[in-house]
Amino acid sequence: MVTMTLEREQKAVPAAAPAVSGPALPPPKLRTENLCVRSSQGEILKSIGLEARRGEILAIIGPAGAGKTTFLRALNRMNDLDPDLRVSGEVFLDGFPVYNADVDVALLRRKVGMVFSVPVPLPMTIFENMVFGLRLEWHAAQALAEAAEAALRAAYLWDEVKDRLHEPARNLSGGQQQRLCLARALALRPDVLLLDEPCSGLDPISTAKIEEALERLKQDLAVILVTNNVKQASRASDRTAFFLFGEMVELQATERLFTTPQDTRTADYISGRFG
Amino acid sequence: MTMYMAIRNPQSAVRNAAGWFFGTLTGIASLIVVTMVVIILGNIVVNGAGRISWQFLTRTPEMGMTEGGIFPAIFGTFSLVVLMTLVVVPMGVATALYMHEYAPKRSRLVKVVRLAIQNLAGVPAIVFGLFGLGFFIQFIGRGMDQGLYGGDLHYGQPAIIWAALTMALLTLPTVVVASEEALRAIPQSYREAAYAMGATRWQVIRRVVLPQAVGGILTGAILAVSRGAGEVAPVMFTGAAYFLPYLPTRLNDQFMELGYHVYVMTTQSPNVEETKPILYATVLVLLLLTFSLNFTAIMIRARIRSRLRAGR
Repeated sequence: MVTMTLEREQKAVPAAAPAVSGPALPPPKLRTENLCVRSSQGEILKSIGLEARRGEILAIIGPAGAGKTTFLRALNRMNDLDPDLRVSGEVFLDGFPVYNADVDVALLRRKVGMVFSVPVPLPMTIFENMVFGLRLEWHAAQALAEAAEAALRAAYLWDEVKDRLHEPARNLSGGQQQRLCLARALALRPDVLLLDEPCSGLDPISTAKIEEALERLKQDLAVILVTNNVKQASRASDRTAFFLFGEMVELQATERLFTTPQDTRTADYISGRFG
Repeated sequence: MTMYMAIRNPQSAVRNAAGWFFGTLTGIASLIVVTMVVIILGNIVVNGAGRISWQFLTRTPEMGMTEGGIFPAIFGTFSLVVLMTLVVVPMGVATALYMHEYAPKRSRLVKVVRLAIQNLAGVPAIVFGLFGLGFFIQFIGRGMDQGLYGGDLHYGQPAIIWAALTMALLTLPTVVVASEEALRAIPQSYREAAYAMGATRWQVIRRVVLPQAVGGILTGAILAVSRGAGEVAPVMFTGAAYFLPYLPTRLNDQFMELGYHVYVMTTQSPNVEETKPILYATVLVLLLLTFSLNFTAIMIRARIRSRLRAGR
């Protein structure tokens, strides 16, 4: 990705987020500016501006219909698939606007990986799932196998599947399937990882494994975690944004958001008074 | 007694009678269907089975079709169906792919195409035959002769290629509908997962959609083939011959066809009584051919379904 505009973009970063990782803040991997999404039904997202950095997990919480998923899908342009949605505003990846006409959307999605709320193993073997993205470009067989193993290890799945790589991915349990989907996205060595309620249907042990994996992964990439589970946000993220009716109500370091929320709506939500 | 009064309905007798009447009526209707099938099939099998032999299947008709076999008709039907399949499957699948994968939602064009397909499915076979004669032979064939052969007669006459194209048109709705059905059965989440890994639209179709849809597409293709193998009307003006001393080897040759051969033997035979056993046997061969094709379609569908359930 182009990084020429990096300096300029760096200056433009709003000081919305108090430093989590000390004074030497790395430049944001991903940044949105005035990001709006409309459908024929009305506004889904209203002017969202935030940034995600390498080395942190950014959680997005909020009740159903708050626009969390739409926001996530705007970042890797999955919303392009729905002709009903109109996106305006900007998303920058390494300072480069991803909605520019000359952006190759397929390449963007390789850089900005995504895990869906329901695990979607493709109807093929575990191994073929792992190398699906890599096979879209040419790679040597050896490189495919190595990438698959590395990504499976990173998703804490390798030990469970190393002897059954050529079984149908459907044979895996739900939690394993979701880790496979995580590993599958990691095999493309993305810069940003988007997770859309990845643990919504999983048992606590699978959830713990995914959170553990994310904690390690954040060293190398920016993680944005949409979750319905307030507890998950509080224990697994570094910063948390609270979305409500398409607006970002509050964005704070996770600890602060959960101890001293600035907005009463945030306080109501995290204390379970609604949503 | 009071308990009995509470659940007693003075109209019960009428209701029970009505139930019995309609139950019997539907039963009779179902029984008639079964009886007809048994009579038709039984008649053909009883009268035709004895006449089928290796020679019958491999020899040409002789003695004004009262002797010999039906090999040219089997060969012609087979060639027709192969040619037709080569045309109708790519065209039908492409149409279905456009309608389901490429066209924007609520596209006007898709509505028009779908309407056209539905209407095409309702057009009588004989109309396809006349259309083939008018469009393929008179218009395209004559045009080719004028343009390519200086007016010599090559393509402006009934030929297997025109019959195959006409038949392809007739079976197009079957393939389109079956293919679209197959595409619709693929969960949208598969496509999204592939997109999210950086697949382009064509890569999604090529690597996720088509492999999943191939069973349904194949089923449609085989149904089209079994329909094409049994239809007479579309080929009688466009390429099927009464009798040919040779097998078709070029696209503009005429050919013999099983269904048409049955028609010819029924209506044009010089000796009806002597032709009868051959006629029965020919019909039996035709039926076996279409049945086995249908059966293959069912088997493929069942296998694909169980494979999909296993998630391979």
